[in-house]
Amino acid sequence: MAKYIIKRVILAVVTVFVVATITFFLMNLVPGGPFITEKSISVQAQEALKEKFGLDKPLIVQYKNYMLSILQGDFGLSLRQRGRTVSDIIGSRFPISARLGGISMVVAVVIGVPLGSVAALNRGKWGDKVITVIATCGAAFPSFVICTVGMYIFGVHLGWLPTMGLTAPANYILPVFALSFYPMAYITRLMRSSMLDVIGQDYMRTARAKGLSQANRLFRQALRNAILPVITYVGPMLAYLLAGTFVVEKIFVIPGLGGQFVSSILNRDYTVIMGTTIFLATLVIVINALVDIAYKFIDPRVQLK
Amino acid sequence: MKKIFALLLALVMALTLFACGTNNGSATPSASASDGSAAPATGAKQLVAQIGPDPETIDPALNTSIDGGSYILYAFDCLLNVDKDNKIVAGSAEKWEPSADGLKWTFHLRSGLKWSDGSALTAKDFVYSWKRVADPKTAAPYAQTVLGMVKGFDEASAGDVDKLAVTAPDDNTLVVELAHPCAYFDKLAAFQVLSPVNQATIEKNGDAWATKPETYICNGPFYIKEWVPSSYILYAKNPNYWNASAVKLDTMKMLLIEDPNAAYVAYQTGETMMIKSVPAAEIPALKDKPDFHLDPLEATYYICLNDTLPQFSDTRVRQALSLAIDRNYVAETLMQGTYSAATSFVGPGISDWDGSDFINNGNGGKPYIDNSDFQANLAKAKQLLTDAGYPDGKGFPAITYSINDQGYHKIVAQYIQQAWKELGLTVNVDVVEWASFLPQRRAGDYEVSRNGWVLDYNDPSNLLEILMTGNGNNDAKYSSTQYDELMNKAAAEADPKTRSGYLHQAEDVLMADMGTIPLAFQNEFSLQNDKITGSWHSPSGLWYFQFADIAG
Repeated sequence: MAKYIIKRVILAVVTVFVVATITFFLMNLVPGGPFITEKSISVQAQEALKEKFGLDKPLIVQYKNYMLSILQGDFGLSLRQRGRTVSDIIGSRFPISARLGGISMVVAVVIGVPLGSVAALNRGKWGDKVITVIATCGAAFPSFVICTVGMYIFGVHLGWLPTMGLTAPANYILPVFALSFYPMAYITRLMRSSMLDVIGQDYMRTARAKGLSQANRLFRQALRNAILPVITYVGPMLAYLLAGTFVVEKIFVIPGLGGQFVSSILNRDYTVIMGTTIFLATLVIVINALVDIAYKFIDPRVQLK
Repeated sequence: MKKIFALLLALVMALTLFACGTNNGSATPSASASDGSAAPATGAKQLVAQIGPDPETIDPALNTSIDGGSYILYAFDCLLNVDKDNKIVAGSAEKWEPSADGLKWTFHLRSGLKWSDGSALTAKDFVYSWKRVADPKTAAPYAQTVLGMVKGFDEASAGDVDKLAVTAPDDNTLVVELAHPCAYFDKLAAFQVLSPVNQATIEKNGDAWATKPETYICNGPFYIKEWVPSSYILYAKNPNYWNASAVKLDTMKMLLIEDPNAAYVAYQTGETMMIKSVPAAEIPALKDKPDFHLDPLEATYYICLNDTLPQFSDTRVRQALSLAIDRNYVAETLMQGTYSAATSFVGPGISDWDGSDFINNGNGGKPYIDNSDFQANLAKAKQLLTDAGYPDGKGFPAITYSINDQGYHKIVAQYIQQAWKELGLTVNVDVVEWASFLPQRRAGDYEVSRNGWVLDYNDPSNLLEILMTGNGNNDAKYSSTQYDELMNKAAAEADPKTRSGYLHQAEDVLMADMGTIPLAFQNEFSLQNDKITGSWHSPSGLWYFQFADIAG
């Protein structure tokens, strides 16, 4: 196990390094720059800015300096939001995205797994049909449609729910609903098909022949096997949700990381682009590693190599 | 059933633990700012408004955006101010006078001025602040614009800041010596970039001083109590402001919303009393409502022809392209009346030397572009193109019209495509992402491009000078010796009336050449609840809420 983890860590560092390098050069290839603004600023001011942030040096030197400074844990200053460090920006925005994304994921799992199981156990009956319809809708509606429709009905028309910010618990309802609907629907469908697969297995029949109670059979034998595909899915989905989602953040005015990431790209705020990319790449890698390790605990057949 | 619950619970806990774990690492103000939206104490007056997204900076020396200008305006008091009628009035300075030759400006500060932290504010603070703007280490984008005419600016911007001829003979007097006359220097003294900033907090906190409420020391009607990036800025009344008795509000909450639809929902649900970002699609339905406001903005929407290209070098071609556009249709129909048809390059609201509108005094009182009879204009355009050697557009190369996809740019581009087709010309529209669009247009790497300019301060020169040869914003690459000469004469002239004459002549030259094609004058539209009284919108795009009140 320890050997496995060391291996994963080394691999992760290499991956992040490659991601950072590619991003650095791609970003500099794109036309435009952080100091080219709508009203042109004087040549002296542009030079002064470039010098201040080290952008006057050749690209390869900038790359070397950047890599050396991130090794020391310094992600530098934002080029556009003067006076703010990249760590400050990520540090203040990620918790907001993470909390919203985390809650949405929990909601999706808590609703999706039982719904999928119920549908499988009632295959072909009306319960199954209702759930299948909901799951299909969830997979088909994009989140911005759910956002706007939810916002219009519950926020504007009925006035029951707040529509902007995340200041009170009620503020979470609409964005969480919008964010969790798709993963919830997907998990329901996954769970339904894998549950159907599992309950048709020989060992389930054996368990029944051995006289085990139905509850024991379902929860101890079936669920544990049936939930495996869900776990595979939850990893990347969680990374996606925690990173912040641009559309939902924009519609509900949530100061999360997703919106910041997109605007840093549009503004060519190089240091923020780099910092956020490295941070998100690390996040995805860590979550995937955790999912792999979680597999080992749930399914003893899995070998970690 | 218990077991399924246990299993799910375990999963849920694992996930929440993960989510919480990431939270604890870097607790931030934004995570704990939940009380920000709570209603203020009973009886306290709070104004809630939305005038833009999260500002990149609210450091007066570094800001370039208009919404940033408003945020600075609430917190800082310049030497002079602009009143409701767009006239210059006293600010931190109660009296001011230029010398007879226009080369020396003396400002007399009020006595007993204070910073928001209670410490004394003197003329020396202005000296420090202005030198900071000129300092290359500050890299202030507008340094050249606001201080370029001050004696010693060139040395100062090369690093020797003490050469800048701004001095404080005593605590209440600020003397500025200019290298050449500047008739509008009083307007610059009221421009946000030249706000006084507090030396102590800047030396202690560096650039970060303007990112945290506790280090953002100011001297204006309000100070910043909270700033949750991309969420809101909460201002509270500054008791140390010299004119605090004129401030009726207790707090102002500026919502930092980027998306117009989100802003509109916030307005509909009553979460804000005013929004600047109104979705364009809602305008037809809102236009006749009493809370929909249309205010003039000192801004011109224009079309740049790349004058370095041979096909656009003939004045007749440029005139023809201009005459073939039905500006009334563009402004009234395409832009839903939120713009007005342009008749000149310098738009309404910009003051001439005697305070009258510059636009009314141009071209002997007649509009440069007559939009009243479009069919006649079109016939003239066809004739001009024939005279230039392109009858029915024959032989004219296909035109690429570059835009970024925002606001009305796309619909206007589609219209231009049709309009110039009438002349027999082919137009292809090229949509470019904003940050790539800017350098491309600036480098002259385009054929025809949409363009626009919002004036920084209320003087026609701010708009006219961008078309001088070599100006960093001369995207059209327009170059006329006659125009440059007139503009240089105007810049060196101390007498406001003579200077104004030069500026009018320069505009005559520009419009005769059709160096760039003015299309429409911008207006700013907003929704504002009538409960807000005593606020106004300045033609430079600033929202004056600091002296407003909330009725009932």
